[in-house]
Amino acid sequence: MRADRWHRHLLRLVLGLALLAVAAGVSLALMTAPVAPGLGDAIHGALPGAAAANPVTAVLLDFRGYDTLLEMAVLTAALAGVWSLGRAHRTRPTNPSPVLIGLTRVIAPLFPMICGYLLWVGADGPGGAFQAGAVLATAAVLYVLSERRPGPRLPEQPMRAGAVAGLGVFLAVALGVMAGGGRFLEYPAPLGSGLLLLIETAAAVGIALILAGLFIGGRPGGGDG
Amino acid sequence: MQTFIVDTPWTIWVVAVPLIGALLAFLWPRRAVATGFAFGLATAAVSLALLWQVAASGPRIYAMGGWGAPIGVDLHTDGLSAIMLTMAAVVGTAVSVYARPYLAATPDKARGFWPLWLFLWAALNALFQTNDIFNLYVTLELLGLSAVALVALAGSGPALLGAMRYLLVSLCGSMAFLVGIALLYRAYGTLDLTLLAARADGGLQLGIPLGAMVAGMLLKTGLFPFHVWLPPAHGSARAPVSALLSALVVKASFYVLLRLWFTFQPADEGLALLLGGLGAVAVFWGSFQALRQRRLKLLVAYSTAAQLGYLFLAFPLAASDPALAWGGSIYLAVSHACAKGAMFLAAGSIMTEQGHDDIDGLDRVVDRMPLTTAAFALAGISLAGLPPTGGFVGKWMLLQAALEQGLWHWALVIVGGGLLTAAYVFRVLGYAFTESSHAREEHAVPRTMEWAALALALAAVSLGFIAPWALSLLEGVLP
Amino acid sequence: MDNGLLFAAGGLGVFLIGAWAVVLRAHLIRKILALNLMSSGAFLLLVGAGAIGHAGVDPVPQAMVITGIVVSISATALGLAIVLRIAKTTGRALLPEDRERTPTDRPLR
Repeated sequence: MRADRWHRHLLRLVLGLALLAVAAGVSLALMTAPVAPGLGDAIHGALPGAAAANPVTAVLLDFRGYDTLLEMAVLTAALAGVWSLGRAHRTRPTNPSPVLIGLTRVIAPLFPMICGYLLWVGADGPGGAFQAGAVLATAAVLYVLSERRPGPRLPEQPMRAGAVAGLGVFLAVALGVMAGGGRFLEYPAPLGSGLLLLIETAAAVGIALILAGLFIGGRPGGGDG
Repeated sequence: MQTFIVDTPWTIWVVAVPLIGALLAFLWPRRAVATGFAFGLATAAVSLALLWQVAASGPRIYAMGGWGAPIGVDLHTDGLSAIMLTMAAVVGTAVSVYARPYLAATPDKARGFWPLWLFLWAALNALFQTNDIFNLYVTLELLGLSAVALVALAGSGPALLGAMRYLLVSLCGSMAFLVGIALLYRAYGTLDLTLLAARADGGLQLGIPLGAMVAGMLLKTGLFPFHVWLPPAHGSARAPVSALLSALVVKASFYVLLRLWFTFQPADEGLALLLGGLGAVAVFWGSFQALRQRRLKLLVAYSTAAQLGYLFLAFPLAASDPALAWGGSIYLAVSHACAKGAMFLAAGSIMTEQGHDDIDGLDRVVDRMPLTTAAFALAGISLAGLPPTGGFVGKWMLLQAALEQGLWHWALVIVGGGLLTAAYVFRVLGYAFTESSHAREEHAVPRTMEWAALALALAAVSLGFIAPWALSLLEGVLP
Repeated sequence: MDNGLLFAAGGLGVFLIGAWAVVLRAHLIRKILALNLMSSGAFLLLVGAGAIGHAGVDPVPQAMVITGIVVSISATALGLAIVLRIAKTTGRALLPEDRERTPTDRPLR
C-alpha cells in the first residue's frame, strides 16, 4: 500500500513537470512573432470564384472540401462502430414529466424550420450543414427522451439509409464533377451553389440521423441488421 | 492499357473505393460480407494500379478541388506513399481473405467488421498521400476511431478495456498533434507541408510544434514508454483485427513521423538520439516481455512493441548515409507488416482450432496444421532478420549504417534484438513440435485461413528478393 | 493584451487541466470529460493563435475548429458507448489499473 501511494505521488510529480514543460514551450512559441501572414487575405481574394459567399462555408465545402468529406466519414465510421457493439440500450419505462412532453409537442415543429433556415443561410452567413444537422438531432433526442414506453423506437433501415446518404451524396458529387473533366470536388462554376445546397441538405439529414444513432448507443433493432 | 494506368487519377480512387464499399456494407447489413470483400479486393487492385503508375511515371501531385496549396489541400503520391499503399494492399487482401471464414461463425460481428475495416483502409490510403497537416489530423482520427471500434468489436471484457485505453491514448496523441498544428499555422501561415518546409528555418518556432507532433505520434505508435496500451489492445482483439493493428495502423503514425522528419529535416541530434535510445529500450524490453508470455497472442503483441523499436534506430544512424538508414527502416516496417500480420493470422487459426492459445499447450500443432506452423515459422524468421527475408534486408541496411559510422552500440542493439527475437520465436516453435497434455478442443479450420497466413509469410520472405527494385522507388524521397 | 493571445493562453490552460485529469482521474466518464476539455482547449488555442497580430478575420482556423468539433463528438460518442459496455460487462467503469485503488463505495475518484 505504501509503495502504491509513493507511485501515485511520483506519477503526479512527473505529470506536473511534463505539463509545466508543455505550458512553457507553448507560451514561448506563442510569444515569438509570426513569419508569414495568415491565409485570411488569400481566402478573401479567392472568394469570388468559390461556390459560397461566406468565407467559412467556402473554406469548409469548397477550398478544403476534402477535409469535410473525411470528417463526414469519421462521423459515419463512429456510427458504424457504436452500432457494431450491440443493440441500443432499452430505456426503462419512465414517466416523463408532462412539462417535457408538452414542450416537445410545442417546439418539435420548430426544429425542422430552424434546420432549414440554417442550411439556407449558410451560403452567405454563419450556418451550414453541421449546425443544421445538430439542431435536427436535438429533435430526435427529445423524442427519445419523452417516450413513455420502453424505447428507443426508431426505425433502423431508414436511419442507415439517411446516415449513408450524408457521405454518399458528398462523394457522388465529388466524383461526379470529375466526369465533366474537372478535378475531385471541383464544382463547375454555374452549378456551384446548387451543388453545395444539395450536399449540405443531404449532409444535414445524415448528420442528424448519425447523431441520433450515436445517442441511442446501439442498433435500434427491428430486423436482423 | 499503359495509358489507362498512367492517366487515371488512381490517387482519388484509392480513397474513394473503400469509402464507397464501407457505405454500401453499412447500408445493407445482410450483404455486408460480400460487399465488403468485393470492395476490399477492388481497393487492393486500385492500390496496385497506383504503384504501377508511380513506378512508371514518377511522383504525382493532385490539387483537390482544383485550388492548390495554400488555399486548398494537395495530395502528393511519391515512392514512399506508393510503398506504404502497396503494403496496405498486400496485408489488407490477406486479412480480408482470412476474415471471411474466420468471422463466419459470428454473423453479427462479421457485419460490423466490414464497414469499419473499409473505413480504416480508406483512412490509411488518404493518410499516405496527403500533404496537408490538418488533413493528416483528420485521417489520423478516422484511422484511430475505426481501429478502436474494431478492437471493441470482439466484445469481451479485456477487448473492451483494451479498446478504451487505446482510445484514450490515441486521442491524447491527436490532441498533441493539434497543438502542433495550431503553433505551426500561427508561425508560418500555411498548412501545406511543402510550403512549411520552405518557410521554416529552424529554431524554437519550428522546434516546439514539431516536438508536440512527434510526441503525439510516439503515443500513437506505442514506442516505449508510451507502449502500455499496445499489448492489451493487440492481444485481445480478434485475430484479423490484431493483424491490421500491428501491421498497418502503428505504421501509419510512424509514417507521419517520417514525413515530418523528411520535410523539416531537424538537425537536432539530441532528439534523434532520444528516439533511437527509446527504440533500443523498446527492442530489449519488448523482447524480454515476449519471452515471458504464456499466451501466444500476447507474445506476438509484445513482439510488435519490440519490433517497433527497430524502426526508430534509423534516426541516430541517418547522419552520414541517409538512404541506407532510412531505407533500412522503411524496409523493416514493410517486412514487419507482412510478417506480423502472418503471425497474428496464424495465431488466430491456432486459437480457432484448439479453443485456446496457451503456448505450452500447443501439443504438436505442426501435425494438425502444418501450413499454419510454416507460416508462423517463416514470419518468425523474417522478424529475427535471417536471410533471405525482407527483415534481413532491413536489419542488414541498419547494421551497415551503424558500422560505417563506427557506432558499435547501435549495432549491438540490432544484433542483440535479433537474438532475442529468434529466442521467443523458436520457443513457440519448440512447443509446436512437442506433445502436451493441456486440455484442448478440436475444431476444423478452413483451408483459406491457413493459406492466407502462409501467403503473407511468403510475402515477407520474398521481400528480400525484390529489395533493389523496391528501394529504388525511394529515390528523391529521402533527404 | 492582444485578444488572440488571451484566448490562446486560456485555451492552453484548459488543455492542461484536461491533460492532468485524463491521467489522474479514475472513472472512465471523467476521463472522457477530461478529453473533451483537452480538445476544447486545443480548439481555443487554434483560433486564438491564428488571430494574434492579424487585423482581419481568418476563416481557416474557424473551419478547422468546426471540423475538429465534429471529430471530437464522434470520438466521445464511441468512447461513451464503450464505457457503457464495459460497465455492463465488468460491473464497473474503471480500467484494471484503477480498480484496486478505487473503493467500491466511493467510485467517483
